[in-house]
Amino acid sequence: MIEFKNVGLVYPNGTEGLKNINVTINEGEFVVIVGLSGAGKSTFIRSINRLVTPTSGSLLVDNEDILKYKGKNLRKLRTKVGMIFQNYNLVKRTNVFKNVLAGRLGHTGTLRSIFNLYSKEDKALAYNNLNRVNIAEKLYNRADELSGGQQQRVSIARVLTQKPKYILADEPVASLDPPTSHQVMTYLKKINKEDNITTIVNLHFIDMAMEYADRIIGMRAGEVVFDGPVSEVTEKTFEEIYGRSIREDDLRGGAQE
Amino acid sequence: MTTKNSLTQKSMPLYPAKTKIQVTIIFFVVLGIYTFSMIKTQEDMVGGFGGALGNMYTVIEKFFPPNFAILSAIWDSMMQTIQMAIIATTIAAILTVPLAVLSAQNITTFKPLYYVTRTFLNLLRTIPDLVLAVIFVGLFGVGVFPGILALTVFSLGILAKLISETIESVDMNPLEAMRASGGNVFQVIWYSLVPQVAPQFTSLVLYVFEINIRASVVLGMVGAGGIGLVLNQQLKFYNYPNAMTIIIVIFATVLIIEFISNKLREALL
Ligand SMILES: Nc1ncnc2c1ncn2[C@@H]1O[C@H](COP(=O)(O)OP(=O)(O)OP(=O)(O)O)[C@@H](O)[C@H]1O
Ligand SMILES: [Mg+2]
Repeated sequence: MIEFKNVGLVYPNGTEGLKNINVTINEGEFVVIVGLSGAGKSTFIRSINRLVTPTSGSLLVDNEDILKYKGKNLRKLRTKVGMIFQNYNLVKRTNVFKNVLAGRLGHTGTLRSIFNLYSKEDKALAYNNLNRVNIAEKLYNRADELSGGQQQRVSIARVLTQKPKYILADEPVASLDPPTSHQVMTYLKKINKEDNITTIVNLHFIDMAMEYADRIIGMRAGEVVFDGPVSEVTEKTFEEIYGRSIREDDLRGGAQE
Repeated sequence: MTTKNSLTQKSMPLYPAKTKIQVTIIFFVVLGIYTFSMIKTQEDMVGGFGGALGNMYTVIEKFFPPNFAILSAIWDSMMQTIQMAIIATTIAAILTVPLAVLSAQNITTFKPLYYVTRTFLNLLRTIPDLVLAVIFVGLFGVGVFPGILALTVFSLGILAKLISETIESVDMNPLEAMRASGGNVFQVIWYSLVPQVAPQFTSLVLYVFEINIRASVVLGMVGAGGIGLVLNQQLKFYNYPNAMTIIIVIFATVLIIEFISNKLREALL
């Protein structure tokens, strides 16, 4: 369970990234955060694994306030909370297998990881996860030889290899074309259901949010302006979140044929 | 609205007027310095070239033919020079790693540490290699050891600077991913920084090795061991045919090593 209690975040330059956020995210939920550019979606998501640190309030992950975490505790939190990025963030010159095994870093001692001494189980886990996202045949390809969609699938395999309890995804499909976007979202949803991994995704496409989310949180100027199950969401809800009428480019389109 | 209109009508300049004036002033100052120094050097060189041509003949006559009989005798010294360069480059390459990381702004976010390392490296680079050699020869006496020390310090300054700049230009995204998956500092560096920097690192180390071969010849002349020392002795005794052989050997060695290292670097990048 993730609980934001009066969480605020002011960046060093004075920008208010988050303002008095109160949100509880339950086990197994698939939550989509929507909002215009600059609304604070990334700040929200990156607070949960402490890539940024809120400056007020408390943020509880499994009933422990993570805002004071440092060093070992912080790394333990991050092994529990996996992350997927807009730009895949793979090591381009390294092969797919090693990229996926990097998901074990938090569970592996420094020396063992430096000498690539991964256990048989870890390697099997990495390979299985590549299989789950149907990309095992690229095992020994360098990451930069893969297409965007393939790279994002590798990054999903990496995050699965981490065996996380939560997955955060910051605009995971923003750099992909519509069919590939749907493919990636389908994998995320499938993993959420099969492994019961709580998943929080930032998206700015309304139709995708509606299609994949259980629950939608709308943000504007650092505040949560909507929070409810997808069944309660209408076009009007989005207009209220965005503070303007819906446009063509708010839609990704191209649902799977 | 009116200001916007007048701007578009006048066709907006690419640079603000202030930048333009600054660049123009700098240009003329540099031009002035050039002209001044050209006039000055020419004053000193009056009669210089005429004399040089005459001397050239005498020099060539003295140096030729080279005495190839000493080839086997100088072989050991040449090897010593190469060894000096190899040892110095290796030590410098190892010491460079922590220094380059600590002086890369994107990795060392703790500012005081970054500034201290940066300043240290800048200081290191201001000392010419010849001065280093003279100091170390003064401290440890004539021989290979002071030569190795001087070369190490000299190449450390260059390498650490170039590699820290390579580190500052890497893609930070994978580093963020490794941190987000719970990796510690060493794992993050090893998994996402090293693969990005390794090819450039090897290439720069080879490049510095080439520089070191040439530098070690010069350093030998002030007593830092190797072939330079022998060359200096032969010149002092006016043994020009011997000196010529040494010069040819050095020339050939440098060419061969540069060729090999160029091929290696091409293969890497
Ligand atoms: N490191 C930073 N320093 C200062 N201000 C920042 C920083 N990161 C984000 N901000 C500011 O905080 C606000 C929220 O940014 P955030 O990145 O969370 O928005 P977002 O909803 O993810 O936008 P986008 O859809 O463009 O990714 C913005 O006004 C942004 O300019
Ligand atoms: Mg964002």
